[in-house]
Amino acid sequence: MTSNHISVQGLSRRFPDPTGKGETVVFDNVWFDVAEGEFFCVIGHSGCGKSTILNILAGLDRPSGGTIVAGGVHVDGPSLDRAVIFQGHALMPWLTALQNVELAVTSRNPDWSRAQAREHAMKFLGLVHLDHAAHKKPSQLSGGMKQRVGIARALSLEPKILLMDEPFSALDALTRGSLQDEVLEMRARTQQTTFMITHDVDEAMLLADKILLMTNGPNARVAEIVENTLPKSRSRTDLHKHPNYYPLRNHLIDFLVTRSAVMAKGDSGDFDPKNPPLIRPTHAVSAVGPPQLLSSAPATDQAPVTSAA
Amino acid sequence: MIAIPLNVRAGLVSLLILATLLIAWHIAVSGSGPTAKVDPEYAKLMGATATQGKSAMPGPIEVGEKLWGLVSDPFYDRGTNDKGIGIQLGYSIGRVLLGFMLAAMVAIPLGFIVGMSPLMSAALNPFIQILKPISPLAWMPLALYTIKDSSISAIFVIFICSLWPMLINTAFGVASVRKDWVNVAKTLEMSPGRTAWRVILPAAAPTILTGMRISIGIAWLVIVAAEMLVGGTGIGYFVWNEWNNLSITNVINSILLIGVVGMILDQMLARLQSAVAYAD
Repeated sequence: MTSNHISVQGLSRRFPDPTGKGETVVFDNVWFDVAEGEFFCVIGHSGCGKSTILNILAGLDRPSGGTIVAGGVHVDGPSLDRAVIFQGHALMPWLTALQNVELAVTSRNPDWSRAQAREHAMKFLGLVHLDHAAHKKPSQLSGGMKQRVGIARALSLEPKILLMDEPFSALDALTRGSLQDEVLEMRARTQQTTFMITHDVDEAMLLADKILLMTNGPNARVAEIVENTLPKSRSRTDLHKHPNYYPLRNHLIDFLVTRSAVMAKGDSGDFDPKNPPLIRPTHAVSAVGPPQLLSSAPATDQAPVTSAA
Repeated sequence: MIAIPLNVRAGLVSLLILATLLIAWHIAVSGSGPTAKVDPEYAKLMGATATQGKSAMPGPIEVGEKLWGLVSDPFYDRGTNDKGIGIQLGYSIGRVLLGFMLAAMVAIPLGFIVGMSPLMSAALNPFIQILKPISPLAWMPLALYTIKDSSISAIFVIFICSLWPMLINTAFGVASVRKDWVNVAKTLEMSPGRTAWRVILPAAAPTILTGMRISIGIAWLVIVAAEMLVGGTGIGYFVWNEWNNLSITNVINSILLIGVVGMILDQMLARLQSAVAYAD
């Protein structure tokens, strides 16, 4: 086990009912692991608790049960080692882009000189191609530029783990595309362990190594973990030409459209929450057929049974 | 046709309104009323008002002449009842600023506590709700009895009336800082002190400044009444003294100067307010 790996063990979150009687279970008994350097994505409908998982990972919320070990430590509060890229950029509007990044840099390195902090912040603004807008306030920046400052702020912490909460959901399609490319490029360089929440199937297929699917909430649980069967070095322009593209995409869409609701209602049967099935959709099976299984375990036509190693 | 900018046109209309009001005022007070036959002793006492039908109300020219007299030599001091208008205004401004700053020193930290802690907010709320609607002048006898100094009592009254808007606005501004910004501070592992200074204070500053601007406005309203009560010095005392002298001209001039100083105080805080404002 390396220190930058995330291990989520039996996590659950319950909220008291508005009536005061009983509790609403958002999700229960969630187990999964994110390996060091892995880009891990969670997809699920609103209300399945995916943002709650991220908040617990970030240390901003506390679980009702279970634990998380991340970056070699037990998570029980926020940490500079786990940087968050927020959904709504969350920049301080009274600070310039540079000052926003500097705030993070000086929090990380309180003993640095002003010039040193400024230089470090400028370097990361340059990484997201915003050197020219360093002295602008967030209100003078476009949505995509604001989110890029947010990314620069998170990266400037040089964290062990990067947490992204639907970072591009508020952006238009063109901006989203170019930012996804930048994240891809940046990841190729830094190889940070990344945990991202999204509801965009294409985004997950482009960026993620593994995609965790959650059933509909309340009472959400992990349905399965899908491995991205597209080649590691992929780009938005030729992604859809790969033979595994449609099997993977169909599998994910099928899940979101029908299976996420069916599985939420259905009884989980012999489902082992500690070892959710790991699926590898490829073209070896017809695009509309059932997903191919990872191992040679006794395969039935329907239910994937193989678990993550 | 050249378009005249809006503010120039507005200025012209303002001047027109001013001229109309001054002319109306002039006409209203210059009319010669019926001259009754009166006892010569009484006529001597009443002056031109009784004998020539002149209005007891001074006209704009008279007031203007007197105003020039007041402002051309504002800082003379010829004893208790004869000080320049600048000195009287200076006393009032000094008391307002002192009481106001003392109030800010209490209200802003206290507002932070109330805004950040739901417990303290609920616990202090009944006190604030009961103390806030009390007319600041109602504190005057208590202040005079305990402090035993009329000038300090006036400052105390300013303190107490400036306190509430600043306290309530600070608490509101601090409580409504965006959750996202606080979460950023948390994930950056910022200490409570650094979070308060670098995140909450700048985020709440526009709301706090609004409270301060309301406070200085109220303080300037209250100081006139407070000085009428405690006497001695200040523009409030000056107004009342001129009323006792039956100098309506000086009463009108004081009213005008109170307005001008109030506007200057308000504009100073408006400057500060726009300095800390941010566009989201």
